[in-house]
Amino acid sequence: MRIAIASGKGGTGKTTLSANLAAFLSKTETVVLTDLDVEEPNSGLFIKGKLENEETKYKMIPEWKEETCTLCGECQKNCNFHAIIQLGPQILVFPELCHSCYACSELCPTDSLPMVSQRMGKLKHYSGDNIDFIESQLDIGQEQAVPLIGQTIQYVENNFDDNTLKIYDSPPGTSCPVIEATKDADFIILVTEPTPFGLHDLKLAVETVKELRKSFAVVINRWGLGDEKVMDYCKENDIPIIAKIPNLRQIAEIYSRGELIFEQVPEFKDELLKISDYIKKEMD
Amino acid sequence: MKEIVIISGKGGTGKTSVTASFGFLGGKDVVVADCDVDAADMHLLMKPDFAQSEDFYSGVVAEINPEKCTQCGLCAEKCRFDAIPVINNQHVVKKLDCEGCGYCEKVCPVDAITMRDQNVGDWYISTTKVDNTMVHAKLGIGAENSGKLVAKVKNEAKAIAEKQHKEFAVIDGSPGVGCPVVSSLSGADFTVIVTEPSVSGFHDLKRVFELVKKFKINAGCIINKYDINQEITDKIMNFLRDENIEHIASFPYDENFTRAMTLGKTIVEFDEGELKEKMVNSWTKVKQLVNHENLNV
Repeated sequence: MRIAIASGKGGTGKTTLSANLAAFLSKTETVVLTDLDVEEPNSGLFIKGKLENEETKYKMIPEWKEETCTLCGECQKNCNFHAIIQLGPQILVFPELCHSCYACSELCPTDSLPMVSQRMGKLKHYSGDNIDFIESQLDIGQEQAVPLIGQTIQYVENNFDDNTLKIYDSPPGTSCPVIEATKDADFIILVTEPTPFGLHDLKLAVETVKELRKSFAVVINRWGLGDEKVMDYCKENDIPIIAKIPNLRQIAEIYSRGELIFEQVPEFKDELLKISDYIKKEMD
Repeated sequence: MKEIVIISGKGGTGKTSVTASFGFLGGKDVVVADCDVDAADMHLLMKPDFAQSEDFYSGVVAEINPEKCTQCGLCAEKCRFDAIPVINNQHVVKKLDCEGCGYCEKVCPVDAITMRDQNVGDWYISTTKVDNTMVHAKLGIGAENSGKLVAKVKNEAKAIAEKQHKEFAVIDGSPGVGCPVVSSLSGADFTVIVTEPSVSGFHDLKRVFELVKKFKINAGCIINKYDINQEITDKIMNFLRDENIEHIASFPYDENFTRAMTLGKTIVEFDEGELKEKMVNSWTKVKQLVNHENLNV
């Protein structure tokens, strides 16, 4: 089973929930937690384990072969992303704009643009007690998160079978990185907070998962703060709220130190138990 | 005109609350822009009137004409994004997976594929409750190229600020370190990084600052919730000193920020005490820093 934990808005507690839920469930299940927020991966700050494997991740980009190029201009015409420009007697490739579609390379009449690999980031695999943890981090200056997210999911799918509970911590937002991170999930947990910002971004996240036709439920974080409007919205739209994590300064303090919360706050553990029961029902 | 961009790396540190407060305090002297187009929230505090609205088109998506298609499968074979599955014996394009490279269109032997312009969102020019001009946008679900919409919003805000001889454009940047935040930072005169003293907040501050350094933009920092972890706050202060980042202010953990937000207000409209005073001083300090920097050029 693949569970994705997502939220429209950043900072709602997605990573807190992912890390704590994964650690909590690992007491009874074999779990792999994967941090797909490759721009700012943070789950690893909460899960301790030993480094099992480290891989540099590459994306494919064209490399210009001057010797065979006839400067026919086809490549520039074939690139929809303006990643190839013909400048006088020269072909310039802009790797950060390249989507690795191979069109320029394979349509080049003289094979003068072979695809070569370029580093985009690094994947790390840690293992602990009944829990594995995978994270990828995009190199600074690399602009496209999607290919690294895709390769990270691939790594997890190749290394763990269906008996492992796979938890994916998704990037924030509603654009392409979130789609890439959640499109193969069996179940999505949307984390929100009971504030106008939380509600606004929850609505966007709900639209996104509906577009993906996924089954999903909501966890409200910082319960007790703000107002009732998130509750009302979920009720009106028949969206199950499976847990409400109380708003406690103590939680913010424990989180700030990079420690697991459920081990120290019983109210938090009670809510994880509710989520875990719900997930187990979904699995059957 | 000077462009000030507020960023955070990590989400939820209070970036939008700070930007909206600056916008409120700047009033008619500033143009505000919300470049967090993925999850734009500043309108909830600034109450813009959505006076002018325009569609935003960016990129293309493949469309297969089933009448012409011979189901030869060449398009699906060439597609690197697995965006052309066969459903009910028909090749169809999965819009959310199509990156718009157009390779399929070029190889289709019977010209059954057309690349269609994609409406990825809307953008607006508004007047806010305190008479700022505000440029903002809404990105469609699963849309690509949010960086381009960010650039559109930002450039429009700058152009308006120039034209109306405003002193500042105050811009709510995007989270992360990828394409959208690169677009929001490029060309800025000053950036304010809003952080919090948590292991993740500090981690993301360091990462986003690497990006700021690449752009050679002078930076200041606001530490929010400084009192939830004094030890990390001290580390952040040392980091700011080492990297020559101006410490603008430290705000305590205070639920008044949320109470204000729940009422659709900025903190300077809601709080009458320490928080308001600190925010007013922060805005004054940012203005001084931006203008002082100008003297050195």
